[in-house]
Amino acid sequence: MKKAIITVVGRDCVGIIAKVCTYLADSNINILDISQTIVGGYFNMMMVVDVAETAKSFDTVSGELAEVGTKIGCVIRIQLEDIFDMMHRI
Amino acid sequence: MISRSEILETNQMIEKENLDVRTITMGISLLDCIDSDRDKLCANIRRKILRLAGNLVATGDEIGREYGIPVVNKRISVTPIGIIGAAACRSEEDFVEIAKELDRAAKDVGVNFLGGYSAVVAKGMTTADAMLMRSIPEALAQTERVCSSVNVGSTRTGIDMDAVRIMGEVIRETAEKTKDADSIGCAKLVVFCNAPDDNPFMAGAFHGVTEGDAVINVGVSGPGVVKKALESVRGESFEVLCETIKKTAFKITRVGQLVAKRASERLGVPFGIVDLSLAPTPAVGDSVAEILQEIGLEYPGAPGTTAALALLNDQVKKGGVMASSYVGGLSGAFIPVSEDQGMIDAVNAGCLTLEKLEAMTCVCSVGLDMIAIPGDTSASTISGIIADEMAIGMVNQKTTAVRLIPVIGKGVGEQAEFGGLLGYAPIMPVNRFDCSSFVKREGRIPAPIHSFKN
Repeated sequence: MKKAIITVVGRDCVGIIAKVCTYLADSNINILDISQTIVGGYFNMMMVVDVAETAKSFDTVSGELAEVGTKIGCVIRIQLEDIFDMMHRI
Repeated sequence: MISRSEILETNQMIEKENLDVRTITMGISLLDCIDSDRDKLCANIRRKILRLAGNLVATGDEIGREYGIPVVNKRISVTPIGIIGAAACRSEEDFVEIAKELDRAAKDVGVNFLGGYSAVVAKGMTTADAMLMRSIPEALAQTERVCSSVNVGSTRTGIDMDAVRIMGEVIRETAEKTKDADSIGCAKLVVFCNAPDDNPFMAGAFHGVTEGDAVINVGVSGPGVVKKALESVRGESFEVLCETIKKTAFKITRVGQLVAKRASERLGVPFGIVDLSLAPTPAVGDSVAEILQEIGLEYPGAPGTTAALALLNDQVKKGGVMASSYVGGLSGAFIPVSEDQGMIDAVNAGCLTLEKLEAMTCVCSVGLDMIAIPGDTSASTISGIIADEMAIGMVNQKTTAVRLIPVIGKGVGEQAEFGGLLGYAPIMPVNRFDCSSFVKREGRIPAPIHSFKN
């Protein structure tokens, strides 16, 4: 398993989760956890995913997710989980 | 499980507070390239750099994308050329040819700086060392990415005052040769006392002879992150202040450790050290001066500055040491003038002088850094300033350095423009009284006594 964290931030609209999840399913990326809130009209989602099984390179996934984000007016980032683990866990 | 707030905190540091990995620097030993034929030596150097560092830039960028953190610079440091060129170089021109080869190799692998056009002459100079030092002005004028440093003293050996005298002249000559670009050659030239062998930061990086064949050293930076963290503890006690700096330094350094480990794995080169420095840039919110202001000073240079900087430097080290398996390099707070908007403002406000900066260097991580001085400053005055700074390092068992830029054709009240990461700097007044009889004396200052510490 190779865990990565996806964050989606932007103005709320219909179908954000659907579009992101469709892309992940098409790319064979399994979702392990999702949490999501809306603060002041802004959509804020965090996903933990497993990128071990996808045939695409990390760079490709990162670029394509950013494109999906542009289409729905959100900023989508994907980062390997280690950076958060390193910074916040001893 | 990582929480939402932790993810937000990390990404906020990267996006809003300029947290970045300032440099991945590959140290490369050139000892096995030595040949008595200059052309063969150059070919060997080129081959080794291309073989080891060919993927450095691509790997650094790839790691940056995977973790969503900018890896700003990819650089190379090499064994001091004063040693490498000793068998092959018969003249200063021969050394300049090596510098040009290094510059070409740096361009070919895509790194923005290559350090190690250096001589380590803390106790005495070989003929080759002296030739290399004399060749520095021409080498820096003819190359773009090569950085030079000369270590002229150490706590164990004392200060080589002959080298100090030469370096005053070399700095002036370098300034003259690059006067069309506000004497920018001097921004690539550092004079050290107690220079570390594993420093990843330019312009003073070189790969010491105590190091292995190749090594990955990483420099992290995040003055903006420390400043932001301190905003939340305004008016609190020193205990709270120090704890906050320590915790923040820990988090920043952990990122450096992660990036260093990954870079080392992917390049097949051993991990050396993480340098946990607060290195400012001219960008707003990326300033060490702003941290000092947040601690409670109107401007850096005000009374209390040395104490505040001492506290900051020490807490950065304490927080960082536990975060990485190996800490090294310079590790602490840098106080360059031209690369820090807050420092520039302090100079312009009349609060920060060269003398106060000298006091600050007793407790910061390096020394008098990126300071523009009048173009008519004499070589002996520059040597005098170097000698003072080296003495601070020698007696206090710390690294100190001098990177002064006499801006030819400009004086106090004017400004030098260097561009990019090097920024711009107001030209600062220098004490005009003479020290030439002191500088003219030959020989060296003996090593200091290591007891009776008062």
